[in-house]
Amino acid sequence: MNPFRRSPFVLTAAVLVYIFLYAPIIGLVLYSFNASRANVTFEGFIPKYSDRIVMEGSLVKSSPCGPFHWYCELAKNNDVAEAAGNTLTIAFIATIISTIIGTMAALALQRYNFKMKPFSQLSLYIPIVIPEIVMGIGILTLFSQFFGWVNETFNLVGNARLSLGMATVTASHIAFMVPFVALVVQARLQGFDKSYEEAAMDLGANEWITFRRITFPIILPGIMSGALLAFTLSLDDFVITFFTNGPGSTTLPIYVYGLLRRIITPQVNALSTVWILVVFIAVLLLQILQNRESKDHS
Amino acid sequence: MLQRLRESKSAQGTLLALPTTVWLFVLLIIPLILTLIVSFGRRSPDGNVIYTFTFENYTRLFGYSTNCANGQPSCFDPLYVNILGRSLSLAFNTTVLVISLAYPLAYFIARAHPKQRNMYLFMVLIPLWTNFVIRVYAWMMLLRKEGAINIIIGWIAHFLHIPFTPFEMLYTPGAVLVGMVYEFLPFMILPIYTSLEKIDLSLYEAAADLGANAIKTFLRVTLPLSMPGVVAGTILVFIPVMGTFIVSDILGGRQVILVGNLIQRQFLDARDPTFGSAASLILMVMTLIVTYFYTRKFGFGEEIVVA
Repeated sequence: MNPFRRSPFVLTAAVLVYIFLYAPIIGLVLYSFNASRANVTFEGFIPKYSDRIVMEGSLVKSSPCGPFHWYCELAKNNDVAEAAGNTLTIAFIATIISTIIGTMAALALQRYNFKMKPFSQLSLYIPIVIPEIVMGIGILTLFSQFFGWVNETFNLVGNARLSLGMATVTASHIAFMVPFVALVVQARLQGFDKSYEEAAMDLGANEWITFRRITFPIILPGIMSGALLAFTLSLDDFVITFFTNGPGSTTLPIYVYGLLRRIITPQVNALSTVWILVVFIAVLLLQILQNRESKDHS
Repeated sequence: MLQRLRESKSAQGTLLALPTTVWLFVLLIIPLILTLIVSFGRRSPDGNVIYTFTFENYTRLFGYSTNCANGQPSCFDPLYVNILGRSLSLAFNTTVLVISLAYPLAYFIARAHPKQRNMYLFMVLIPLWTNFVIRVYAWMMLLRKEGAINIIIGWIAHFLHIPFTPFEMLYTPGAVLVGMVYEFLPFMILPIYTSLEKIDLSLYEAAADLGANAIKTFLRVTLPLSMPGVVAGTILVFIPVMGTFIVSDILGGRQVILVGNLIQRQFLDARDPTFGSAASLILMVMTLIVTYFYTRKFGFGEEIVVA
């Protein structure tokens, strides 16, 4: 039997599922060019360029940016810029810390025997098996009770009072990212030929030199993919951020959620479209990198 | 001290694992213990926690009520039990629907020509990495009374000369189900694909040599060997669906209330963290029980790390 054979049933089902996956995204992108500010029905593209924005009721008749009117509005939106800055800052810091400590934990769990090993290994599975909201409200309770106690005990006032913000969001992100980094690096360490390390040691290298010259280069791709996974998880996170953010630490997903509960102009669609484009480019780059790596190995 | 560290493998291991273990202990284990303690507390008038030891929150969650209509001291109020049941059945329905949509696509990708596989997988990754909130918003636009789905049904009805008036699909249980299926579909496609791709093709030749037809080959070879992927996918779908509150919030409005919404409102609107903590622990116990029995029956594949 030809293994690459396709039954018409499978083909039809696959096409339908792809349509299901992409129809909402296409709709979203189309409405970002909507001339109607109310954004309920699609009222056509914005037809003309002009020096200033001309509105007729809720319809945009002409704009300095023409059909790209909502993208220009988006670029002028300071809240979006701030939310994007927060999202990236949190993701960068959390990725660096979780990659370093997650890799260390993976090495410890794969290479060493120590007393708290079963506990360490078990704690890595917690974020996978419990719903995110349980983690979110638990962390919120911890921070609010602890901060309340500190503020009372030390009589902190004004800006000195501890409150939810960038630091609490970043710390919480690290908590759910570390297990993913550690598990990915651990998987890489498992499929690793120990004889390279033994050869280095036989040739007189000490443990540190062996790690730096042999182990680290071999597991580096695992560390990189763990870091990338962690980074995207952080960018994408809604639930944990929702419960741990405070004034001044709004991230993009929280910002969009806030908009959905109020007025929705095509600006939200423009923001979504830009986001989808960024994701598209990032995933494309990742695929190219992975292809190159697998070619190097073969 | 340093000398001892250099020699003791056990101390080195402890030191390497220490930052992660401490971090997870402080931000995962302690919060869970705290949630447990708070769930036995009582709400103070200003929305704070009074630490006592009472099961009031749990009995209330399971239907014990003292606000009864006909002057009785206590009665059964099914409000919260219904919410728990609704969440469980929604998670179950979502998982079944997701498997039935994901399996054919995963099969299609796994059996596609190796050169095209990456592109098909890439096409699954784009919706997966598009933000969760944005994906809910996309469905909000489609399901509205003025949305694309009503327009398309309208065209078809017009073509077939059937009378049709657009109706509101948003804020219904069906809208929440569709939203959930859409959100979690990629999490099922990837693990099933991984386990299908691993199947040794010579097994198919053997099955054909032994006279099995296509259906029999599928039932006796493909399906059993892809079960680890289905199990991993189910865990990746079932657990988050149980706890998600955005989908029901945006697509269900105030009509479809799930455990996630219940918990969220206790912490933000109603300000009763003790009751919210109790609901959150019940949610955790429910998902752990389902996951435990499910994985004990079918095993736990390594596919879970892939997605």
